[in-house]
Amino acid sequence: MAKVFERTNGLTDKAFHYCPGCTHGIIHRLVGEVLEELDVLGEAVGVAPVGCSVFAYDYFNCDMHEAAHGRAPAVATGVKRVNPENVVFTYQGDGDLASIGAAEIVHAAARGENITTIFVNNAIYGMTGGQMAPTTLIGQKATTSPYGRDEKLTGKPIKVSEMLSTLDGAKFVERTSVHNAANIRKTKKAIKKAFELQLSGEGFGIVEILSTCPTNWGLTPLESLKWLEENMLPYYPLGNLRTPKEVE
Amino acid sequence: MAKVLMKGNEAIGAAAIKAGCHYFFGYPITPQNEIPEYMSRELPKVDGVFLQAESEVAAINMVYGAAGAGARVMTSSSSPGIALKQEGISYIAGAELPCVIVNIVRGGPGLGGIQPAQSDYYQATRGGGNGDYRHVVYAPSTLQETVDLVMESFDVAEQYRIPVMVVGDGMIGQMMEPVEFKKPKERSLAEKTWATTGTKGKRKPNIINSLFIDPQELEDHVHKLERKHEEIKKNETRFEEYNVEDADVVCVAYGTTSRIVKNAIKKCEEDGLKVGLIRPITLWPFPESAFEKITDKTKGLLAVEMSTGQMIDDVKIAIKGKKPVYFHGRTGGMVPNPTDIENEIRKIAGGEK
Repeated sequence: MAKVFERTNGLTDKAFHYCPGCTHGIIHRLVGEVLEELDVLGEAVGVAPVGCSVFAYDYFNCDMHEAAHGRAPAVATGVKRVNPENVVFTYQGDGDLASIGAAEIVHAAARGENITTIFVNNAIYGMTGGQMAPTTLIGQKATTSPYGRDEKLTGKPIKVSEMLSTLDGAKFVERTSVHNAANIRKTKKAIKKAFELQLSGEGFGIVEILSTCPTNWGLTPLESLKWLEENMLPYYPLGNLRTPKEVE
Repeated sequence: MAKVLMKGNEAIGAAAIKAGCHYFFGYPITPQNEIPEYMSRELPKVDGVFLQAESEVAAINMVYGAAGAGARVMTSSSSPGIALKQEGISYIAGAELPCVIVNIVRGGPGLGGIQPAQSDYYQATRGGGNGDYRHVVYAPSTLQETVDLVMESFDVAEQYRIPVMVVGDGMIGQMMEPVEFKKPKERSLAEKTWATTGTKGKRKPNIINSLFIDPQELEDHVHKLERKHEEIKKNETRFEEYNVEDADVVCVAYGTTSRIVKNAIKKCEEDGLKVGLIRPITLWPFPESAFEKITDKTKGLLAVEMSTGQMIDDVKIAIKGKKPVYFHGRTGGMVPNPTDIENEIRKIAGGEK
């Protein structure tokens, strides 16, 4: 019988610690598959964040460096500047990247640092138990916004992709989602393009991936996918915000 | 090699490059700006990388990444900047990576001032960052010693896989003295098989990490660090001593202050007083063994610092309550003058204190 599907060699055999229904697992697999398909696992150095994906260093089948909260782009800069032939990526959540690490991601993008950032946006702090993130939607309940996020108190959610796309150093910026099969395929395509641009030395690339957090959203996995579609997509529109002209 | 006249901060940069440091990540802050400026000018000439980071925090985390990738890497800053770097220093210590951090100390607290100070002794030796860790701290008193220690720092950092901090007060950074760049003593340094340079499909992935979620694993890791610290104490503790045995008074001072103390001692000797000096060269490990030579004849110890008294704690620990320990210091960027120190020594020697 012909094999129609197998695990990617881009991931280790370590069992994920993620909650049931969490979409981190899908995104890990997509990144692993892309690294394998591009045949760069031997050159890859990933930088893991602090947050739900803190143990990403155990899951990706390549050299990994665990960074402090929000500092992954700075650590990745150090790695890439020393060995430019390495394929360097950061894997970060929205608390890590959009809040405590806002300066690091903005300046990595502004410098046109030739790295790839996988940015998982699930509009909440997951690991610490569901606190409000800078990406939490207006009215969305979190453990530190128990009455729903109030714009008067905390402003509006940050649209990271739109913000970074104002920087010339950010060569590739795309927002995708993993709430259904079609969008998972589009996400993989975007991740692949981002890595390809790093390989051709274009500069900074980021894929913002809308993701779910059933545990902290208090929804079932299926309800979460629907909630993402109905609530996150209108505020965080999908699509490419920046691509180098020659590869459009 | 012939001696060259150099400004302290530039000599530090030159020493680093001569020691094979080709990567520098930093952020501007007075009074150390000549270090990043020198590196930005000279590193491209050796195909190295100088990068001005967006913040002190980013700079030390770039060092963390570069050190993980196996590079000889350095950053420099001054007191408030070093405060910001503590996050990264703790991670680098935890992940057991080598790097060199230069701190040209200025007065504090807060924004403080920009004149020379030694008010960051606690910050340097007590671990300004979180967790059970130590790192080597060198405190040179001349520019020659500064370049020697900067060059050796990279070897020490790699031998023990630990951050090494070179602490100079603002005076060390700003003054000019003749220096000669000499190769440090040969050390056998292991190949960096742990570095994240890509597996090339030939080995299992390397992981640079300071996270141990299982408390037993973390305790084991911290004990491993502790054993390394003990090795460093045994092998790398350094100090200068002068007439400690049978001295009436033993002074303890480091860095620029020790040079002023030496002048005061000379004056006292002209009047027949016997005054000793212990000058710690490593602030961590603190040279506790130097205090074992102090005899019953000594009436007291005098710690002299450009602070309100921080190193004095280590002096008290080292002397184990056997002798009274007195203090003289100026702070905020003010420098102690030799006459005041001389008077303090005379008071202790004459039993007035």
